[in-house]
Amino acid sequence: MPSPDDRRYSKEHEWLKQQGETAYIGITDYAQDQLGDVVYVDLPEAGATITQFEKMGEIESVKAVSELFAPASGDVLMANEEVVQKPELVNSDPLGAGWLLQVRLSDPSQLEALLTAQQYDDFIAAAAKDEAVGP
Amino acid sequence: MTGRDPVDTDSAASAAPHPYVPLTGPDRAAMLAAVGVASTDDLFADIPAAYRRPELRLPAALSELDLLDELRALAAKDRAAGAYACFLGAGAYRHFRPALVDALVMRGEFLTSYTPYQPEVSQGTLQTIFEFQSLVCELTGMDVANAGMYDGASALAEACLMACAITGRARVAISERVHPHWIDVVRGYAGGRDIAVDVLAHDALAPGDAHACLAVQQPDFFGRLSLDAAAWGEAAHRAGALYVVAADPVSLGMFRPPAHYGADIVVGEGQSLGVPLSFGGPYVGLFACRDRYLRHMPGRIAGQTADLDGRTGYVLTLQTREQHIRRERATSNICTSQQLIALSTAVYLETLGPHGLRRVAELCYEKAHDTAERIAALDAYDVDREEPFFHEFVVRAPKPVAEINSHLIERGIIGGLDVTHAPGGDGTPRMLLCVTEMNGRAEVDALVEALRDA
Amino acid sequence: MRDYGSRLEPDAMELSHPGRMGVALPASGVPPAEAPPPELLRDGLRLPELSQLDVVRHFTRLSQLNWSIDTHMYPLGSCTMKLNPKVNDAIAALPGFAEAHPMQPADDVQGALAVMHGLQEQLAEITGMAGASLAPMAGAQGELAGIRVIKAWLDANGGEKRTRVLVPDSAHGTNPATASMAGFDVVSVRSRPDGDMDLDALRDALERHGHAVAALMITLPSTLGLFDRNIAEIARMVHAHGAQMYGDGANLNAMLGQVKPGDLGFDVMHINLHKTFSQPHGGGGPGAGPIAVKAHLLDYLPAPHVVLQGAPPLHQLEGPDGTSGGSPDAAAPPPPHTQQPRAGGRPSFFPPASASSPAGGAPPLHSVESPPVVSAPPLHSVESPPVVSAPPLHSVESPPVVSAPPLHSVERGPGGEVSTLHPPPSSARYVLNTPKHTIGRMGAFHGNFGVLVRAYAYIRSLGPDGLRAISEAAVLNANYVQARLRGAYDLAHDRTCMHEVVFSGARQKAQGARTLDIAKRMIDYGYHPPTIYFPLVVEEALMVEPTESETKETLDAFCDAMIQIAEEARTQPELLRDAPHTAPLRRLDEAAAARRPRLRW
Repeated sequence: MPSPDDRRYSKEHEWLKQQGETAYIGITDYAQDQLGDVVYVDLPEAGATITQFEKMGEIESVKAVSELFAPASGDVLMANEEVVQKPELVNSDPLGAGWLLQVRLSDPSQLEALLTAQQYDDFIAAAAKDEAVGP
Repeated sequence: MTGRDPVDTDSAASAAPHPYVPLTGPDRAAMLAAVGVASTDDLFADIPAAYRRPELRLPAALSELDLLDELRALAAKDRAAGAYACFLGAGAYRHFRPALVDALVMRGEFLTSYTPYQPEVSQGTLQTIFEFQSLVCELTGMDVANAGMYDGASALAEACLMACAITGRARVAISERVHPHWIDVVRGYAGGRDIAVDVLAHDALAPGDAHACLAVQQPDFFGRLSLDAAAWGEAAHRAGALYVVAADPVSLGMFRPPAHYGADIVVGEGQSLGVPLSFGGPYVGLFACRDRYLRHMPGRIAGQTADLDGRTGYVLTLQTREQHIRRERATSNICTSQQLIALSTAVYLETLGPHGLRRVAELCYEKAHDTAERIAALDAYDVDREEPFFHEFVVRAPKPVAEINSHLIERGIIGGLDVTHAPGGDGTPRMLLCVTEMNGRAEVDALVEALRDA
Repeated sequence: MRDYGSRLEPDAMELSHPGRMGVALPASGVPPAEAPPPELLRDGLRLPELSQLDVVRHFTRLSQLNWSIDTHMYPLGSCTMKLNPKVNDAIAALPGFAEAHPMQPADDVQGALAVMHGLQEQLAEITGMAGASLAPMAGAQGELAGIRVIKAWLDANGGEKRTRVLVPDSAHGTNPATASMAGFDVVSVRSRPDGDMDLDALRDALERHGHAVAALMITLPSTLGLFDRNIAEIARMVHAHGAQMYGDGANLNAMLGQVKPGDLGFDVMHINLHKTFSQPHGGGGPGAGPIAVKAHLLDYLPAPHVVLQGAPPLHQLEGPDGTSGGSPDAAAPPPPHTQQPRAGGRPSFFPPASASSPAGGAPPLHSVESPPVVSAPPLHSVESPPVVSAPPLHSVESPPVVSAPPLHSVERGPGGEVSTLHPPPSSARYVLNTPKHTIGRMGAFHGNFGVLVRAYAYIRSLGPDGLRAISEAAVLNANYVQARLRGAYDLAHDRTCMHEVVFSGARQKAQGARTLDIAKRMIDYGYHPPTIYFPLVVEEALMVEPTESETKETLDAFCDAMIQIAEEARTQPELLRDAPHTAPLRRLDEAAAARRPRLRW
């Protein structure tokens, strides 16, 4: 299923959807599939500042822990409390109810550095091909 | 490099069979043929020849009978408790061990299993961990506990590191009345991470705002119970620091749990819960904390869940904190939970129950106070009794403690620890004595008499 | 009758009935003591109340839910699940050992100290090192001790700050975790397709990080079950950059009597007594992780360390020439009370009796300069020196320490029989010593003695020939399993393996059954699953370590089952995906356990 083109994507598999001055951030369907059952998300609190492409939190599945990288810089307005309580939302609805952060972007032009849906889908297709070659 | 043994193809095959190595000559021949090599030695061809088959200068094998003879002879050289009346504590305590503890713990299914990575065939160990965690929570009053640490001292060190991780501070404060060996272990663990350790005098247990935690021991190294424990916790919290309390679990059968006086992390030496002295180990460290710090807690944890058919079972959980997943970002490198010792304490606690544990604590308290009183009545001795104490107390002696102990051991008594130069002393010889339910009337009589004559 | 629902076994609190008790306790027999202040007392204590039979049945039933070496073949790679001889348990339980108090004076525990000293010697000889410390209580703690020894030695001798540790990509997760705990940054070095370390990558790493590299941490044989053919060259390269070689001894079972790591250039290694030396794993400990080191590191070993003291100069110890190149060629350091407190260090906390001060002259507590009572923290601030020169609570007496002969020397008689003990001279005694520049204590006491005594007994019951027979059989068994299963499963590396063999379940994954499914299906056949998904560098890894303990019949039955499972993966993979079918429980929901942790009753 192609990624929706209403948002931008990072190579670390986060998405960012702009709504006026604010934006929502989450992880992609591909990312949740690779992680497996998500059991815990560690997110910055409201008021924290995040910086584009730097670590903003962690996400854990049963067998792995991965860092979350900010797709853009900004101030955190809200972390998704529902996801903190029910991390499985990241698996069941990564692009919707499983969003992670609402932020106020400090520099909307940073979005230019992110991938479009088409570019992202090409990117993960190439990654999947690499993986298929195996060790 | 030393001499090499001649490479004797399949020397083992020609040697006498050993009960630990069951392959026979014909087995080997068939297996080597299947592998496609001529000799066992060929299997080691990746080892550079210059280093192969070094001489091993070790004595030849002993039969089981000879082994037992040799080790019995060595064991008999020790003047151990039991054969000797033991009034030594100082961090390792001799308590009554109901016979069923060993009978159950030594079952091969517990003894010879590995860490329960395959929960379908490890429910015995996993449920035991769950029960151990529950028992530690009940004793300490805390919300969550782990499956156990190496010992009480390393548990305290890990608690200090955990406090640093939570607060983002790189300095810990610790009371001078914590067991000195434990303080050494804290220093060692802290040193690796450039964490400073401040040892605070007993009457100034107020951490500053650079401290990640204040760590105290209750009862303290000298057996004393402080009435200020809650005030220390408040002082720690005012400084934005965590309050870490090391508690003796048997004392918790009688005395209030650290959660009730503000502890954020509670550690303890589980050995006193019916684990043999065993010359210092293996023991098990107890580790419990408040719910909100769960993700920072080091060590193994078991949790309850369900199988595909909805039946209750247990698994190791929250493993993403651990070294095998998080690698260099792990909360600790610990992989062991001293599981068998944890099991032993669980069997002990479930055998005693609340009334039994309370009774053990009361027996210790009563006998220790009776003994202290009788020693205080001796002309040449004095006992520190200004502060309440549990089952250890400090005796002021008329001559060096080592001399007294030499006198005692000749009379079949293991005396107390020499704490003449520990905090709070004025140079008068001081001995730290411990009395538990194991010290019968006759032993105490003999001790008092021997002290008088010393 | 209570309803315990779907429990295999209720938890103890569910079994509890008020008023029951598992054991009777005596009366105190003393007059009542004055009660403690009420604010110190606890209100209530909630623990299970069970009859004695309740307790016996509860834990017996729980035990029966476990698989173990005593009940099943347990080919868990990297864990060395070998026979745990029962005689060793009996020895550890001898009252002279089990009831020895760790704070007794050395003269009263000569038996226990002799065992510890003997094990130090045995381990040094087996590994080709100069000496060993038994203080670390687990393999991971041994790693921490070993890395801290290296750090302390570099700090004292290095000059420039070395901040990095190299770790191969196939390493156990503990290696990077340990390096991090000791304050190092980790640099990963990749393996070659044949499993050996990539020398070019190592050279690059050494050159790129220059003199910032403190050590290479490497497991030998590697976690791939392979003996790195370039190991001596690797050691040479590491040493040429002034760094140290750290050996993870998890796989020592393959090397007993075949090669000594010390000869290969390792400076430090830890030894898992619960793997190679048969300490029962106990469902996750206790183990022990002694470290063995080269002579230049002896002074940095953890405290305490057992040394043999002679009474000088009356007897010249007839040190039997039983010390190989690996034995304590360097005499143990002098006891601590002969040393002055170092600047910034602490003075003697509990000076030995022979040095005790007269009344009034007692040394202050934590600092020579400071009074014991302080008004405000942090007066006793100690900038956590990595090296603390505090002596043990045990008094350590009269120097000098003699070069220690091994506890047992061997004298082969004309018929090849071996005389038994060669006891140390009667004037000699074992004492607990604090090495001169020790990294400090690892735990409250001397290490896991109950584990140490088992390892000592195990080595004594094998002797040099037995130890060699162990490694030969362990390696032969693993190669036999490799030969029999190479058609059914892909091999990670098709070459002679050591004591364990790593397969890849990649073929079966393509057929619809993952390695996890294969592992669970093995349970149905009565075999404990091997280590899976480790090492990380092998896709769908299945790591089998049969150990020397199994018979050929057991290995054949195991291989037959593995071949059958491979066939099932091809023809009916769903059978594997639903496995196990015969265990007490089916697969458990680990995600639910982690999402909403329920960690207590």
